[in-house]
Amino acid sequence: MLKSLHTVTDPLLDKNPVTVHILGICSALAVTTSVSTALTLSLALIVVLTIAAGIISLIRHHIPSSIRIIVQITIIASLVIVADQILQAFAYAMSQRLSVFVSLIATNCIVLGRTEAFALNNRPLPAMLDALGNGAGYAIVLLVVAFIRELLGAGTLMGFGILPLVAEGGWYQPMRLMLLAPSAFIILGLLVWAVRSARPAQQEPREFTPYAPERQVQP
Amino acid sequence: MAADRKPNPWQRFLARPNTDRTKTVGIALLVAIACGLSVSIAAVALRPLIAANIVAERQALMRSMLSGLPGIGEIIAEAGADAVEIAIIDLDAGARTQAFDPADFDPLAIAADPATSTALSRAEDLAGIGRRENFAQAYIVRRDGDLALLVLPIYGNGYQSTIRAYLALETDLTTVAAFTVYEQGETPGLGSRISEPGWQAQWAGKSVSEDGEVVIEVVRDGASGPHEVDGISGASVTGYAVTDMIHFWLGPKGFGPWLDTLRQGGE
Repeated sequence: MLKSLHTVTDPLLDKNPVTVHILGICSALAVTTSVSTALTLSLALIVVLTIAAGIISLIRHHIPSSIRIIVQITIIASLVIVADQILQAFAYAMSQRLSVFVSLIATNCIVLGRTEAFALNNRPLPAMLDALGNGAGYAIVLLVVAFIRELLGAGTLMGFGILPLVAEGGWYQPMRLMLLAPSAFIILGLLVWAVRSARPAQQEPREFTPYAPERQVQP
Repeated sequence: MAADRKPNPWQRFLARPNTDRTKTVGIALLVAIACGLSVSIAAVALRPLIAANIVAERQALMRSMLSGLPGIGEIIAEAGADAVEIAIIDLDAGARTQAFDPADFDPLAIAADPATSTALSRAEDLAGIGRRENFAQAYIVRRDGDLALLVLPIYGNGYQSTIRAYLALETDLTTVAAFTVYEQGETPGLGSRISEPGWQAQWAGKSVSEDGEVVIEVVRDGASGPHEVDGISGASVTGYAVTDMIHFWLGPKGFGPWLDTLRQGGE
């Protein structure tokens, strides 16, 4: 019980796919201009990842290793298309705002990474819990970035005005930079720095030591 | 060997080693069939809902376009959705036809049916659409019974997609009230900017024709005069396409004959 709980909670902070493994960055910067888009994409990713992990784990003994990547991608891509269709049918405006990024869940490294590294070697229940945890870890990072970007960039949260804008007679001058892609990188970088400062165990060892030639002593 | 103990072919198939070629091909086939089925079922089951969403969005776009026009917004606000009258036009005859019920009119079905569409020769086919439907929709907004605004749905082949747009003309049938692109798949960041309000705003007040000749043009550098619209840098082909589709749809094979009828006071 405790072990399965850890499967879910570990990816939230200690093994977070975004801040530790730096996966899924592309969509993390594209959809985080507002909290609502980040939330929708996170939910779609969690659902797709969990179901994909369950299915792949169920048939893991019968997936020939020579075609395992293709089989996984086919299953993931089908689920993504279905999720995209459901969004278009029941949340059309939101799916228009997310544009291609729902379909791009299929290429999100977190999804293939988790099915390849975990679901292929574990029973369905742990695989789905792991998928849920990793999806939630991705969602947390997305929501934190989106929270900062929407609040500072537009003065709103989930579309509701929080900071009174200058244009509407208030005092807050929105930071347009926050709505542009570079700000997502900046916030993400600061977030990774903050997490690794709080958890030194996540700091990676240097891959090489800087070249320092021995001082030549004049004879 | 296993056949003696397990007569079930399915179990025999699963019992094959994963390196077996038959099993590899079989698994690939099964996964493909299962995934294909689930995608198809989802697509077919959800298509009506998605289509309804697209139609609703298009109507909302049309409403927002109309309500933003000076003088037209008030009419819409007063009369509500009924202010916009849908007319079905027989394009060759240049007259309204009552042969169709506007509520059931399906432009795509009309365009796809050889019996109700006309093949265009290369010289005629400015918009690059191949076949043109014989009956097309137009939207009329009236003020006190008189024509106040005419909205023509037009489409044509762009650089890499079909561009669909509404062209709104004022009572003189020459001055553009608004031009709104509601569907396109042009190059993101370049051609796709034709759907940006900023670019579309420069159409208002332009004049499409002079002495009965359609002359409006999307130009590459520095629009001057009432017949030129600034193009988008890096999207020349999209600009040409917009020019050509307006020339086609206002020309003799498009709404031209009906516009002539309207100018002469008929309908």
